[in-house]
Amino acid sequence: MGVTPRRRVVAAAAALAALTAVAACGGAEETSADGKITLTVDVFGQFGYDELYKQYMDSHPNVKIVERGTGGNLDEYSPKLTQWLASGKGAGDIVAIEEGLLVEYKANPKNFVNLLDHGAADLKGNFMEWKWNQALTADGKQLIGLGTDVGGMAMCYRKDLFAKAGLPTDRAEVSKLWPTWQEYIKVGERFKAANTGAAFLDAATNTFNTIVLQTAGNSTGYHYYDTSDKLVVDSNPAVRQAWDITMDVIDSGLSGKYGAWSEEWVAAFKQAKFATIACPAWLTGVIEQNAGPAAKGKWDIASVPGNGGNWGGSFLAVPRQSKHQAEAIELAKFLTNPQGQIGAFKAKGPLPSSPQALDDPAIKDATNPYFSDAPVGQIFGAGAKSLKPVYMGPRNQAVRTEVENAVRTVELGQRTPDKGWQDATANAKKAADK
Amino acid sequence: MSLRLEVDAPHPGATAGSGPPPRHRHADRPVRARLNRFDLKVSPYLYIAPFFILFAIFGAYPLGYTLWVSLHDWDLLAEDHPFVGLENYQRLLGDPDFWNSVVNTLGIFVISTVPQLLLALWLAHLLNRGLRARTLFRMGVLIPNITSTAAVAIVFGQLFSREFGMINWLLDLVGVDGIDWKGSKLTAWIAVSTMVDWRWTGYNALIFLAAMQAIPRDLYEAAALDGARQARQFWSITVPMLRPTIIFCVIVSTIGGLQLFTEPLLFNSGTNPIRGGPMRESQTMTMYMFENAFAPHFNFGYGSAIAWMLFALIAIVAIINVLVIRGLGKNQTGGE
Repeated sequence: MGVTPRRRVVAAAAALAALTAVAACGGAEETSADGKITLTVDVFGQFGYDELYKQYMDSHPNVKIVERGTGGNLDEYSPKLTQWLASGKGAGDIVAIEEGLLVEYKANPKNFVNLLDHGAADLKGNFMEWKWNQALTADGKQLIGLGTDVGGMAMCYRKDLFAKAGLPTDRAEVSKLWPTWQEYIKVGERFKAANTGAAFLDAATNTFNTIVLQTAGNSTGYHYYDTSDKLVVDSNPAVRQAWDITMDVIDSGLSGKYGAWSEEWVAAFKQAKFATIACPAWLTGVIEQNAGPAAKGKWDIASVPGNGGNWGGSFLAVPRQSKHQAEAIELAKFLTNPQGQIGAFKAKGPLPSSPQALDDPAIKDATNPYFSDAPVGQIFGAGAKSLKPVYMGPRNQAVRTEVENAVRTVELGQRTPDKGWQDATANAKKAADK
Repeated sequence: MSLRLEVDAPHPGATAGSGPPPRHRHADRPVRARLNRFDLKVSPYLYIAPFFILFAIFGAYPLGYTLWVSLHDWDLLAEDHPFVGLENYQRLLGDPDFWNSVVNTLGIFVISTVPQLLLALWLAHLLNRGLRARTLFRMGVLIPNITSTAAVAIVFGQLFSREFGMINWLLDLVGVDGIDWKGSKLTAWIAVSTMVDWRWTGYNALIFLAAMQAIPRDLYEAAALDGARQARQFWSITVPMLRPTIIFCVIVSTIGGLQLFTEPLLFNSGTNPIRGGPMRESQTMTMYMFENAFAPHFNFGYGSAIAWMLFALIAIVAIINVLVIRGLGKNQTGGE
């Protein structure tokens, strides 16, 4: 209104001129006049790709890479991703998918480019077999994503609090303290008796999740769903065993009851309110961020009680809605190849899912200065190749939420262990049916 | 401006019809007349059309579409969305978690709205007097309202923190044991209500104040001559005269209160804040809707059914409110 056609033409011309001027400076939207392509990568948490992007852009001068969602929470990221996929627009050219959510996205594979159609089959040897298989659809005909990291497990602990409680602080000696979870609980009771003013562990839910992935990995190979996608929360001995150990942990009063990922949890890191936390490889970056520079050198990493286990790990997928599929696939291949995984590990600590990368001296000899120069490459890498994966069924995330919430209600004293178990199985069934 | 003039101009078509028109205008006269009649009849609708067109696009269409979706088994990512009729509603009525969210919503609504409106009325009454720096105070009560909800929720979430929170620290000073605010329904409701009241009391106070200033002074003077005290004047003059304003504030608060989302969501930080606590202590209806429509269930049909139930609930509560407030006003004015 009020703008004559002629003036509109002039304005449009001016806008166009401004746009080309910006494009000439290197800031282009989509494909610009000089043929540059912008690839958007959607992630959560810390993937550690900054250096890799730079390398890639140097060798591919026609590509500009923008990462979105860095440092964000998975709970916020996954609904957004689902909305983008459902509405057919908005998703990046590459999207990160966490393993627990992969099953749901895999159920509707048409949202993603089939990487097998783009030469991904040749890359199979770059990944641990189970990691590769996780991203394959049930019929084996479509590959949704390429693996990034796996969540090899360890136990992170605060040396200063251990010293205060009269416990050994050397990581080899600490590892020897707790070959099993029962012994971990005993150490916890000793720690508690010393009255340091801190709890032994952060939250029973984190401990439970670690144990259940271990017990399942070491026995049935599945936890909440069996491999025929039948819900087995109430009948799987692996789940019950993990539940019982966790109840012992709660019963001994070892938990600080800081709800995982809450503001209190973050504050508890800063104020050194707990001494140990079960840590998958990717959690080391989170600890460093939460505890802050003041705690540098006060943390160390010992082996996890029980045996091995895997928690988390992600994949990179290319949504079918991407306008630059070919370029995006090429970038995804670059980021997930052994060298890419090593680069990410050096930057932010996610443990490679590629056996070649795990064998590389860059990983084997890696230490983490924040954790008292702990040899993270050896600690996390040692068990990684023998990792026993846990199968995850269609409503894995929803079911896991219900079971963990039941653990939390017992931890907070809102439910008895028996009532909590009833809630866990009943609510899991309900969530699975939704 | 020219459009306005056309509307306001006298209608030559109506008067010109009486006498013979000049010859040279004979040809275009019927056209003009028709145009004028068209202008008279249709233009007003055109002028209000933008609102209704926008409402149709952004209000009515989503409303209808949500109803359509709610009749389907609509997995957000799936390609087929089979029609299931009223099944979603049927399941919803038998879903204890849904009713839990309804109870939470109504609980928080009552705990927050009742004190909030009473407090706002009282504040407005105070501000209506001859205070020093009146404008400063009047503007001051609005400051919480222009603070971002997220900022308020994060700050209050920390104030009400179990171990590191200031409220528990203050309670500790006076010898009361710290309360796990998120640990039980009532305490969680109170904490969330506090946030809501902090933001909206001042806003409502200003609306009340504006209405109070429109009440003729002589009413009070007459009452004072009859020997009515301040309190009596307040209840017998101010409140009845404010009735339409109170109804307005109650309805707006009802809509806002029943759609409460950000405050309880951010109050429950950590994993799955959308649940409103491990036992869904402070999960409101909008949160339950979000939990079902998006992560972790992605059941858009079920979520849409919840949206419609929320719509129905707001309508019911608003009607009850209006009836109650009307009755209240009548009782008060009945004596006069």
